[in-house]
Amino acid sequence: MSLPLTPLGAILAILIMSLVTYLTRSGGVLVMSRVPIGPRVERFINAMAGSVLVAVITPMAVYGDWGARLALVATFVVMLASRKPLLAIAAGIATAAGWRLI
Amino acid sequence: MSARLDWPGTLKGLKRMAPLSLFVIAFGLAFGVAAIQRGLSGLETLLMSGMVFAGASQFAALELWGPQIPLIALIASTFAINARHLLMGAALYPWLRHLPVRQRYASLALMSDSNWAMAAADYRRGETNVGMLVGGGIALWLAWMLGTLLGVVFGSGISEPERFGLDVIMGCFLLAMLVGGKLDLGVLVPWAAAALAALAALAWLPENSHVIVGALAGGIAGLLIPPRSKPKEGSP
Repeated sequence: MSLPLTPLGAILAILIMSLVTYLTRSGGVLVMSRVPIGPRVERFINAMAGSVLVAVITPMAVYGDWGARLALVATFVVMLASRKPLLAIAAGIATAAGWRLI
Repeated sequence: MSARLDWPGTLKGLKRMAPLSLFVIAFGLAFGVAAIQRGLSGLETLLMSGMVFAGASQFAALELWGPQIPLIALIASTFAINARHLLMGAALYPWLRHLPVRQRYASLALMSDSNWAMAAADYRRGETNVGMLVGGGIALWLAWMLGTLLGVVFGSGISEPERFGLDVIMGCFLLAMLVGGKLDLGVLVPWAAAALAALAALAWLPENSHVIVGALAGGIAGLLIPPRSKPKEGSP
């Protein structure tokens, strides 16, 4: 199932995304008013939160060019060292730009 | 314990969030540039920021944006990335349940990581005004929209984004969010499972299934590894 990339398709995709996101925002309160969220569900959600980002990033690292790979390495290192996301992202962009310059 | 929502409290929340919102402008700018570079129109980009208002899931959606938008992968990745909201909302439930139903569910539309964290701290302190959640959310939303707009304007003026490394913003943003959290075996094992599962799905399963497969593999791995730091009470 997929939507064509027409203006209507894109807007529909955005509306669906916003609906799903609102359901996550309201869902916790909605569910808690009936059954409490147990520790197993909490562990699953916590583990899934990072895992989905890993699943999105992995192909970029594996199939991307060296500019993209080194950008990810730079972001990772700067983020670990400084804990400043904006600085880490800037380092990634600069690395990709620098690699493609040479 | 009770809770109420009023204008003075909302305004106070807005002011308390203002300094942090400046950073959100920069993230919004990065998103605007990345979205334009990915082929979204300026209007679509602004609409997404305004309606979805959840950075990581918006960046991840760009990755799925192509000639065809895979709906199931889009829904699954949006849900998986934003599922943490379920826990955040649940944590505020004892507080928000005192609000009238309409106010309660309207306030939740503005719940994001930073205003939730500050509102949760208010709640723990015994504060009865939920203005931090709503006012902080409004501040973050305005900053996110302003940043997106700047990014759209700036991104539209660039013809060769790869030369300036702008195509890697998305990946670098998501990686920064990932590394910014707590790093221990409790997350690294699920992440390794997610990476392997995603690669396997890329090789052998239908296109775009790797996001769902990776998220589920990571979630299940998180369930299987024994919880630490908490003493076991009875049997599972």
